[in-house]
Amino acid sequence: MKNTELPVSNNIRFLSGDEALAQGAYEAGLVFAAAYPGTPSTEILEYLSRFPEIDSQWSVNEKVAYEVAYGAAIAGNRSLYASKHVGINVAMDPLMTSAYIGVNAGFIFISADDPGLHSSQNEQDNRLVARFAKVPLLEPASPAEAKMYIPYAFNLSEKFDTPVMIRLTTRIAHTKENVQIGERVNVLPRGFKPDFTKYVMVPKNAYGRHIELEKRLLRLKEEVEITPLNRIEMNDPSLGIITSSVSYLYAREIFSNASFLKLGFSYPFPENLIKKFSSQVKEVLVIEELEPMLEEEVARLGIAHRAKHPSFRVGELRPEDMLAVKEGTERVMEASTTRKPVMCPGCPHRGVYSVLKKLKLTVTGDIGCYTLGALPPLSAIQTCLCMGTGVTMFEGFKKTLGKDVVGVIGDSTFVHSGITGLVNAVYNHTKGLIIILDNSTTAMTGTQPHPATGVTIKGVPTKQLVIEDICRACGADHVDIVSAYDAKKLEDIIKERVNSESLSVLIVRTPCKLIDRSKQSKVQFEPGHCKKCGACLNAGCPALSKSDDGLIKIDPGLCVGCYVCVPYCKFDALKKP
Amino acid sequence: MKNNTTNILFCGTGGQGVLKAAEVTGWAAIFAGFHAKKSEVHGMAQRGGSVESHVRFGKEVFSPLIPKGEVNFLVAFHSGEEERLKTFLAPDGKSLLEFLLLAHKKGGDPRYWNTYVLGALAAHLSIPQECWIEALEHEFKTKNLADNKRVFLEGWKEVKL
Repeated sequence: MKNTELPVSNNIRFLSGDEALAQGAYEAGLVFAAAYPGTPSTEILEYLSRFPEIDSQWSVNEKVAYEVAYGAAIAGNRSLYASKHVGINVAMDPLMTSAYIGVNAGFIFISADDPGLHSSQNEQDNRLVARFAKVPLLEPASPAEAKMYIPYAFNLSEKFDTPVMIRLTTRIAHTKENVQIGERVNVLPRGFKPDFTKYVMVPKNAYGRHIELEKRLLRLKEEVEITPLNRIEMNDPSLGIITSSVSYLYAREIFSNASFLKLGFSYPFPENLIKKFSSQVKEVLVIEELEPMLEEEVARLGIAHRAKHPSFRVGELRPEDMLAVKEGTERVMEASTTRKPVMCPGCPHRGVYSVLKKLKLTVTGDIGCYTLGALPPLSAIQTCLCMGTGVTMFEGFKKTLGKDVVGVIGDSTFVHSGITGLVNAVYNHTKGLIIILDNSTTAMTGTQPHPATGVTIKGVPTKQLVIEDICRACGADHVDIVSAYDAKKLEDIIKERVNSESLSVLIVRTPCKLIDRSKQSKVQFEPGHCKKCGACLNAGCPALSKSDDGLIKIDPGLCVGCYVCVPYCKFDALKKP
Repeated sequence: MKNNTTNILFCGTGGQGVLKAAEVTGWAAIFAGFHAKKSEVHGMAQRGGSVESHVRFGKEVFSPLIPKGEVNFLVAFHSGEEERLKTFLAPDGKSLLEFLLLAHKKGGDPRYWNTYVLGALAAHLSIPQECWIEALEHEFKTKNLADNKRVFLEGWKEVKL
């Protein structure tokens, strides 16, 4: 989404689910939007950021994004939050209580789930978040539907005084299709009128709002029975399929003659509609990805039905799975043959990991491109849990193992949730070394800016967060800044600091190769020196491979001249020119 | 072409232009008046890993993913990936790997090998040539447009004169 010009063809655009949602929100008079980047949700805010009418931002993390966006809605403007499924975990604190308060102007939160874990640390089913928080859940099945649902969602939010959840999955967020675009409706600000019992969640007021929440849920139960988002498609009555989200499209493709109850507004659960549909068909089949949420509701109503085998609760569904889902047979696991992602040629992380591996240190990792350092041949990090754990799990490791442990975290991740961990480490007398892999961007999700880049989502300069200053302010005893390509200096500092009686932060600052595309002369290969041992391949660089004759081959199109591979060769076959 | 939907599976590795070729094909189908869907995964896959893009077009397309065994055209920009995904081909489906190998053999600028294969794919489909040209113009603007058009037509002529 680097082109600023929007592709237009007779008001038809080829939009992804993310983009279509954003376009729909723009047309519905959205004024404010906040998010933290995360696949597959990132393109929602990137698309929105192009509109001057919308105040959009990359926030520091999802909790902050939710609160800022929610604040804008309470203060009177239509507002939106977006993140990936695990981002919602970070935002759960404000989310749960915002369901009590409700809204003023319309407020939508979007969860882009990732069944199949294409680029996530888990595949939690966030439909359960809607049930947990007791907020309405909309599940568009395609980009065109996603766009259509947005004005409905804002109206629903304002009519029922509730945050509304829209759930996408990767196969909706990253599918493109023809989408008809329209004009923006301008919605006037509602302004803010103080209301102590509604907006101030002290226990007594919150008790009252909990009662309101339960009443609202009863009203929403009536709405789901009549909403146009839930529809019965009667066809051959011998098979009736209850489904939602992209599963509907897979089922529609494979069981083209079946009857469908297609749920676009799936929580609260439309009990009467389900009963009516079930009475009109001979056999009921529930098709949904991940958790058996619809299935349990259907079972609760005492309706005889079929559903997927529990083994299909793991991984995404694909159209070719439909027959096994119908038959209730076990998923046949196939070994993955896909090529695994690797760090780019010249990636600054490779330099740091080469040193950490050489020193045989135990490394607590974090979420980002640098997680790829856990894969062979580097195998340089030993843990990855969630955002911020490069710092916090380091503390637990250090206090348990005592020595030879370091924590690594990226720059964007450090700002997201590493700072609190560093404060905690200082406060609780932690000693040792935390490394910030500062490639000056949010690389994995496609190089989005963050506070330490000094640029906003709109490309406007802003006050830059200085990482070394904040580390010192947190109380780090030593803060060093080194280039990722200076192996000697990196090794010296890591050795000096790792088991010392102080807490140090090492900032390895070299821009990501996706933003700094500069190249130096490529590494020189001396075939006469090559012993064909392949030791250099342990650098895990895509530019290096073995020829049929056993000699090393350097891809001139890929090598950018970082020379990280040079020390891997003991025989001087690889040289810096 | 079950249900009158045409299914094309593009594959290769990160950075090979898989997504761009799929995007051009989606737009060409739209310009020809079809409903088009294109499905792929972003994020990790860009880092040199496998990249697949499913493009489907017809009167009305349902599933964004092509069901296994229903790929009409497999367009590979990497022979290893072609091998891996051959099992997705329909019984009468066609792999266009020969055109990639032909492009390699002919030499020329490696940046345009994919455009050559795209031209060969286009000649197999029901989308008029002018819609493809419109799609190329849409996707490349002025950047390398002339070269892309030229190589596209070379690929097209390899199949259809």
